[in-house]
Amino acid sequence: MLTAFAILVDGLVYAAYLFIVAIGLTLIFGVMKILNVAHGSFYTFGAYGAATAVGIYFDRGLPDAGGFLLMVLFAMTLGLALGLILERGIMRLVYGKDEVVMVLVTYAAFLILEDIVILVWGPGSYATYQPLLAAGNIEVGELILSNYDLGLIMVAALLAAASYWALKFTRYGRLLTAVIFDRETAAAFGINVKVVYTVTFVIGAVLGALGGAIMAPKIAVTLGIGVEVIVLAFAVVAIGGMGSIEGALAGALIVGICRAAAVHLVPQVELFVIYGVMALVLLIRPYGLFVRAQPRKI
Amino acid sequence: MLNRGSALGGVLGSFWVLVSWFGVATTPAQAQKASPPAASVKLGIVSFLTGPAASPFGIPGRNGAEIMIEAMNGGKVPAPFNKVGFGGSNIEAKYIDETGSAANVVTEFRNLVQRDQVDAVIGYVSSGNCLAVTPLAEELKALTVFYDCGTPRIFEEKPRSYVFRVSPHATMDNVAAARYLLAKKQDVTSYSGINQNYAWGQDSWRDFAGAMQVLAPKVTVDKTLFPKLFAGEYGAEVSTLLTSKSQVLHTSFYDGDLEAFIYQEQARALDKRMTIIATTGEAAIWRLRDKMPNGSLIGARGPNGPLAPDSEFNRWFQKIYSDRYNIPPTYPAYQMAMSLLGLKLAYEKAKKGDAKPTSDEVAAAFKGIEFEGPSGSVKLAIGDGHQGISETAYGTYRFNKEKNEPEIVDVMRFPAECVNPPAGINADDWIKEGMKGAKC
Repeated sequence: MLTAFAILVDGLVYAAYLFIVAIGLTLIFGVMKILNVAHGSFYTFGAYGAATAVGIYFDRGLPDAGGFLLMVLFAMTLGLALGLILERGIMRLVYGKDEVVMVLVTYAAFLILEDIVILVWGPGSYATYQPLLAAGNIEVGELILSNYDLGLIMVAALLAAASYWALKFTRYGRLLTAVIFDRETAAAFGINVKVVYTVTFVIGAVLGALGGAIMAPKIAVTLGIGVEVIVLAFAVVAIGGMGSIEGALAGALIVGICRAAAVHLVPQVELFVIYGVMALVLLIRPYGLFVRAQPRKI
Repeated sequence: MLNRGSALGGVLGSFWVLVSWFGVATTPAQAQKASPPAASVKLGIVSFLTGPAASPFGIPGRNGAEIMIEAMNGGKVPAPFNKVGFGGSNIEAKYIDETGSAANVVTEFRNLVQRDQVDAVIGYVSSGNCLAVTPLAEELKALTVFYDCGTPRIFEEKPRSYVFRVSPHATMDNVAAARYLLAKKQDVTSYSGINQNYAWGQDSWRDFAGAMQVLAPKVTVDKTLFPKLFAGEYGAEVSTLLTSKSQVLHTSFYDGDLEAFIYQEQARALDKRMTIIATTGEAAIWRLRDKMPNGSLIGARGPNGPLAPDSEFNRWFQKIYSDRYNIPPTYPAYQMAMSLLGLKLAYEKAKKGDAKPTSDEVAAAFKGIEFEGPSGSVKLAIGDGHQGISETAYGTYRFNKEKNEPEIVDVMRFPAECVNPPAGINADDWIKEGMKGAKC
């Protein structure tokens, strides 16, 4: 019983982190049809931004709550700036080009941004543990849960609810949905697709940075964290279906629970289980769980 | 394109004739002598300069190289290493980042040897990279000294001619860890392990669990976890360990993984339930400081850092390093220093007159070499004279609040022959056969 509970909680924590990162990636793909490899850089910049904010704020005897807020806001601001620069500066020049070209451009952007991280923050790693330890923990039987992890689950749940509400019940959400379904028809109806692209890309960047900021207190913030997370995010998005928010949520939950179960019960397959699940889903549903095959347009 | 009929083409043509004539005229004479006096010795130094392994390992290793090479070029290293450079020739170092895939690492190695024509390569933190580079080093007959990677397999898979490792391998770390644990916690009944899922982590766990089986067969293994290298998120692993009945947790985690794990387990008080044995913990104590749990059992990959013997040589090394980098040297810096000293000694032993010795001559001199450095005595006694063994030490971690600095107390030293396999037997077999011949 305790093991089952631990698997559930660990699965939800892992799913929460993956969802926050993957939702931005799937949103960008859904609207713009770009597989954005540079999304890992948004995550990295968010983590480094959080590390900088934590370094400024904590250990000065100020209230912890302010530190959490500063960390998240600083990282999201970085994401906003980075998203704008990348979209206005590079991506708008390659819209309409072959998809492979767009992927290569985002990959090039990723490599450039990795080097910018070294220039700005240096090659060393940063410890950002203060928010994690300040949050404390709670005992549930023999298990001790970190309040920070429980907060992470709540943030992801709120984000999922907010995304759903925004897409279904706001004007911008309906515009976005129209562009996702059919860009050309949406443009024909007078939707300014370029503005939608810009706003979507920036939202995706902000969400990626938010993911980095939230994870920073748990990890050693160092180069390469973007690569690790982007591979996982791709797996989540592939399982759920490219461009589907519900798919990102489902994919994150499946990956999170399966991985947690593997660690607890069969640790030898932990590395394999995520990609095994992905392969299995794609065998049955080649476009992911929530996306159907689209007829080819001529 | 050049028109061979042009005046320029004629001049160039004459130039090349002159060069080739000059080369023919001089080559026979040169062939009769040994290679000309060496103006400098070129070394390729490979270490993680970026990425998660840079801060705790790669950069201290690089810094150790930089400070030692400077001291060597100034003739300032204590005797018997006080000759300038290598045998009077200045050392020129080219630093390469080890970050990247094994394919990248191998390509960079080839570039160092074939394009940059270095006389030797010293480097490599990752056991995976060491295993990848070894066959190429042998193929290219490139003198290579591995300074930090710990897998015992390098010299167990087949004999090597040009590859050496002064630093003892991971078997020593893990056998000593088992001995120290059993000396300090006689009441342990169960232990678990969390190690990275690649050569280093797998070998470390194999050797530790094997040694425990021999030394304390009634002590059982509970959880065996192998997360991905640089996974960073260990929530499920911490939960798994919290539901375990083990009193001890073995880990060979290093750098960012060790730090991330310590922060995450501290948030959930795992260290209150289990004593952590961190075989590479010494490299992290200056960064973790009061976050490293008191009572953790700490290794330093040998007698390095706070576990180094109190000698004049060690004090000299600690001083020059601390003065330059404002932090005490950790074990990667020691390992790099010892590797450089071993190579220097071999080079000077091989050198006859002014001419630069060949790789074969240096390799022959390096084989079986024995010397003393900041980490104490080392002898290349196993792996057919290519692999070093030394004594080692383990201690218990404590953060000294009065001095506001880390300390390792309750240190136990283990002789080299107690924790290293003897020559001619591979580490895994030695442990499985009950560590016969161990002299403790």
